[in-house]
Amino acid sequence: MEQSKTIQIYENMLLMRRFEEETGRLYMEGAIRGFCHLYIGEEAVAAGTISCLSEKDYIITHYRDHGHALARGIDPKNVMSELMGKSDGTSAGKGGSMHIFDVSKRFMGGHAIVGGQLPIACGLGFSSKYKEEDSVVLCFLGDGAVNEGEFHESLNLASLWKLPILFCLENNLYGMGTHVNKTRSSGENIYKIADSYNIPSLQVDGMDVIEVEKATQESIEKIKSGQGPIFMEALCYRFRGHSMADPSSYRKSQEVKNWQKNDPIIKFERFLINQNIIDQKQILKIKENVDSEVEKSIEFAQNSPDPKIESLFENVYKNE
Amino acid sequence: MNNLTLRESIKKGLIEALESDPNVFLMGEDIGEYNGAYAVTSGLLKQFGPKRIIDTPISESVILGTGIGSAATGLRPIIEIMTINFLLLAFDQLINHAAKLRYMSNGQLEVPLVLRTVTGGGAQLGATHSQSFEGWLASVPGLKVVCPSTPKDALGLFRTSMKQKDPVVFAEHALLYGVRGDVPDKFYEIPFGKADIKRPGNKVTIISYSGMVRTCIQASEFLSKNFNFECEVIDLRTLRPLDFETIIKSVKKTGRAVVVEEAWKTGGFGANISETIQLEAFDYLDSPVIRIASEDVPAPYNRKLELDTMPSEQKIVTAIKQNFSI
Repeated sequence: MEQSKTIQIYENMLLMRRFEEETGRLYMEGAIRGFCHLYIGEEAVAAGTISCLSEKDYIITHYRDHGHALARGIDPKNVMSELMGKSDGTSAGKGGSMHIFDVSKRFMGGHAIVGGQLPIACGLGFSSKYKEEDSVVLCFLGDGAVNEGEFHESLNLASLWKLPILFCLENNLYGMGTHVNKTRSSGENIYKIADSYNIPSLQVDGMDVIEVEKATQESIEKIKSGQGPIFMEALCYRFRGHSMADPSSYRKSQEVKNWQKNDPIIKFERFLINQNIIDQKQILKIKENVDSEVEKSIEFAQNSPDPKIESLFENVYKNE
Repeated sequence: MNNLTLRESIKKGLIEALESDPNVFLMGEDIGEYNGAYAVTSGLLKQFGPKRIIDTPISESVILGTGIGSAATGLRPIIEIMTINFLLLAFDQLINHAAKLRYMSNGQLEVPLVLRTVTGGGAQLGATHSQSFEGWLASVPGLKVVCPSTPKDALGLFRTSMKQKDPVVFAEHALLYGVRGDVPDKFYEIPFGKADIKRPGNKVTIISYSGMVRTCIQASEFLSKNFNFECEVIDLRTLRPLDFETIIKSVKKTGRAVVVEEAWKTGGFGANISETIQLEAFDYLDSPVIRIASEDVPAPYNRKLELDTMPSEQKIVTAIKQNFSI
């Protein structure tokens, strides 16, 4: 990995972390409402994968989408405004936390029905192939989506038609509050499920951004060669509850603490220092910048007006 | 003027769309090699090739999802879901995604796809293959719902469907495919939200759509011949957008209204029309609005039983005679 990219990834992971910490705080204060799913703990997956994409590649994801949006370079001001339901939000307050879109960056949403984004990912891949565009689709999904029918229909079609899709399974071990061991007939190593669809698959340490980045880079090259989709399972963990409404009664605090010892940001920071890529002084500077960026995004969102009532019926249909 | 079946007129629309835009493609189960379950796409694979006429696995969700993703990125998919009963398997894609993406993205995304499907009962196909869900679909903001009853309307409405920038459900009644009608040679379109008076009259307004329009016309002819009682039959043609103006205007003239639909009565689309008539034309009504719909039972297989569940010429005649003292 180039040094500049390395530092950019580090900054990006910090941005996701700080943004989400503040999001959690603002939710508790009532400034953000609805369902809100924090990405804290999983930053290495978004940062490692999305940093490998070009502008013409597509991203489509699930409802835990703030991290993916920030990793794609969507302005935190607009993401925060959307979380607060304001007119400067990515969807001018009509989408909310689970529905972040920025089509100019080919960020095709934030989809809140488990598994619902997978069939659409096939459409994006189909379109790229039909138009001979050479775009790759990065489709995120959680371990819960694996048991949906839409998952199986989509993997079958993607393989059958050799669609240019990288399926990135963020296996954080829990579908809401139920452990994968209770929901998967095939048990752990979910990535092996892709074998039955003739899709090459791999498993990576989703807490290790370098490993994720390397595996993604290699996978995308293979997909661009026209061989069809690849399925990548990233083993990861969310340090917070499923959503802000989650009492986390289904897992022991010791389990969370054990995973936190493996914090992807601290791990990466240590690597950067050990490799002399960055020093403590630079780290402090980066942290200051990130803090300031997040603060600015909050201030911006707080000052952004509510959408006008007249906008209620806009964009149900074209020109109405 | 051409005399075409409804099947032929829709096929004509498909060919026009395929010829006019290379981004138009057809996708669905058995539409290519098999030539279409209802033979609408017969011969198109040979004519346009496998890039444009695409056979899929039996996977309704991903068929529709592929349509959504490709429509959102500039292609013009025409998706065929073999029957409206199978569309239930893709409701997540249709209701949660196709109908919502423009709104949830605040206009960044649009889903200009045409979803063709086959609706209706009356062919002894049993409870799972005889349903009419277009009324349900018409309750979803973000969708447009089209239900043609004649070959001419089908082509005109299909042409308009292809110009939409939003998802259109184009529901074709299975029993109408073989029905013939005149279709103008000269190019024409039929706008959405414009109902058609299929038979003028002054005594009662009968409002219907899709397969039931024919039945309403037959009942009207009977009443005309035997009782000199003239019904006005309004064919809605599109359920969303819906043309209340034509309905209200007619009811103000006749003072009586009957709403006929093939779907179940409870929660049926006709209730919506009935409510609006009573609000907008209350002072003009000489009697309550009558609704005729299918009985609230799953469609039975036995022919006599099935026919007994559905609205018929006789049921419409009887209802009008009893309620309007003919």
